[in-house]
Amino acid sequence: MAVETFHDQIARNKRNSILLIGVFMVLFAGMGLLIGMVWSRGDRSFGIVVAAAAAALAFVLTLLSYYAGPGALLAMSQAHEITHEQDPQLFNVVEELRIAGGLPMPRVYLIDDTAMNAFATGRDPRHAVVAITTGLRTRLNRDELQGVMAHELSHVRHYDILYATLMAVMVGVLVMLCDVFLRSMWYGGGSRRRSGRDREGGGALQIVLLVVALILAIVAPILAKIIHMAISRQREYLADAGSVELTRNPHGLASALAKLGGDTEVLEVANRATAPLYIVHPIKKFEARASSIFSTHPPIEDRIKRLMALTA
Amino acid sequence: MLWPIVLGVLVLLLLLAIYTYNTLVSKRVRCRGAWSQIDVQLKRRYDLIPNLVETVKGYAAHEKETLERVIQARNQAIAAQGVAKQAEAENMLSGALRQLFALSESYPNLKANENFAQLQEELTSTENRISFARQHYNDVTASYNTACQTFPNNLLAGIFGFKLEEFFELEEPAMREAPKVKF
Repeated sequence: MAVETFHDQIARNKRNSILLIGVFMVLFAGMGLLIGMVWSRGDRSFGIVVAAAAAALAFVLTLLSYYAGPGALLAMSQAHEITHEQDPQLFNVVEELRIAGGLPMPRVYLIDDTAMNAFATGRDPRHAVVAITTGLRTRLNRDELQGVMAHELSHVRHYDILYATLMAVMVGVLVMLCDVFLRSMWYGGGSRRRSGRDREGGGALQIVLLVVALILAIVAPILAKIIHMAISRQREYLADAGSVELTRNPHGLASALAKLGGDTEVLEVANRATAPLYIVHPIKKFEARASSIFSTHPPIEDRIKRLMALTA
Repeated sequence: MLWPIVLGVLVLLLLLAIYTYNTLVSKRVRCRGAWSQIDVQLKRRYDLIPNLVETVKGYAAHEKETLERVIQARNQAIAAQGVAKQAEAENMLSGALRQLFALSESYPNLKANENFAQLQEELTSTENRISFARQHYNDVTASYNTACQTFPNNLLAGIFGFKLEEFFELEEPAMREAPKVKF
């Protein structure tokens, strides 16, 4: 097994993410073209119009999430910004770590909830935010707090915060596009099929198009979600490793993760859309479910095992 | 037929040289920035110490010796010239501070003082910031030095006089190297 440096991992991380966004864009346009052609029964120009509309929609939503996403996320999580005076230790810990990573100082938010969790957001390190619940804040000692905050700052440093937001939007738009198509087939299929016979030629082509479009519309969202979750899990391992790169001490995060693993309380302000951003899954906190391919987070035991391997 | 090709190759080489030069410059700037960050944190520690000494005096005035050692170490650190001398003085200051905080364990009233607790947190944080700033300096220095020494950058580094930066010697050699992760 080849030994990789953190730098290589970050570079690969960025490459994969850009590639993935590219693949999604092509997928949108392709699905749009196919759906447009099925709707108009083989009219290529209408297909191109739908493809363009799908791509434009994806572009606008991506742009919107780029600028407004972090703010909306913080509002959804009912997080409020705090100052140095309100919690000097938390602020100091974040300041120390941002020095270690050579990052600008992120804003610090608190979520008033007794469940234990933390997340990072923002579109780049200059606009970054780290947030922690009061439940987690009060139950961690300084070393553990350092480990958790280093994990969050690693998400910032690796640009996970941007890609997580973009990916969530991409998958969301793809699911929506396929959903719209499937519903249109359900409701409008009958009348369209009848009028379709009037047009000359292309009957076989239409059926092939229809079948391909239907299969894709069902399979694509599932595949997209699996890929999204796989990447999300990989990011968690990477942020754990990045945390150790900053603190040079795996014990703090390992012990914090053990505490997080023991907590089964559900974080009320989290939902399925925001779940991948948290340090541990805020809703499903059971190991058995966490190891499935649809999980956004790797099992905590496995994360602790990998952390402790770093000390050897 | 030959000239366009030669010209094209020359332009490509020039672009590569410009790119390499800019990369080296930005890496060197990061090194210097990281170095000045260490000074910022050291300065912060100097500023916190008089306050700390005043607070401790109120509760443990007869621990004069320890207090004086802290003040002396601080003044020596401020006055120290040169990287090696300064590092030595800073280490002495860290030791004196550690002693002061160990001493505070036997003064419950002092430990209960809110101002002292605050100062202790700030100084603990500053100690961490100093070591993290040094760690970061070494990280970016390693990146710059590697860039200077690898081919073909080393040719350009020689021509434009990019010199290798020195590492900050850490007390614990284990902390010098970033841990490597296998996946």
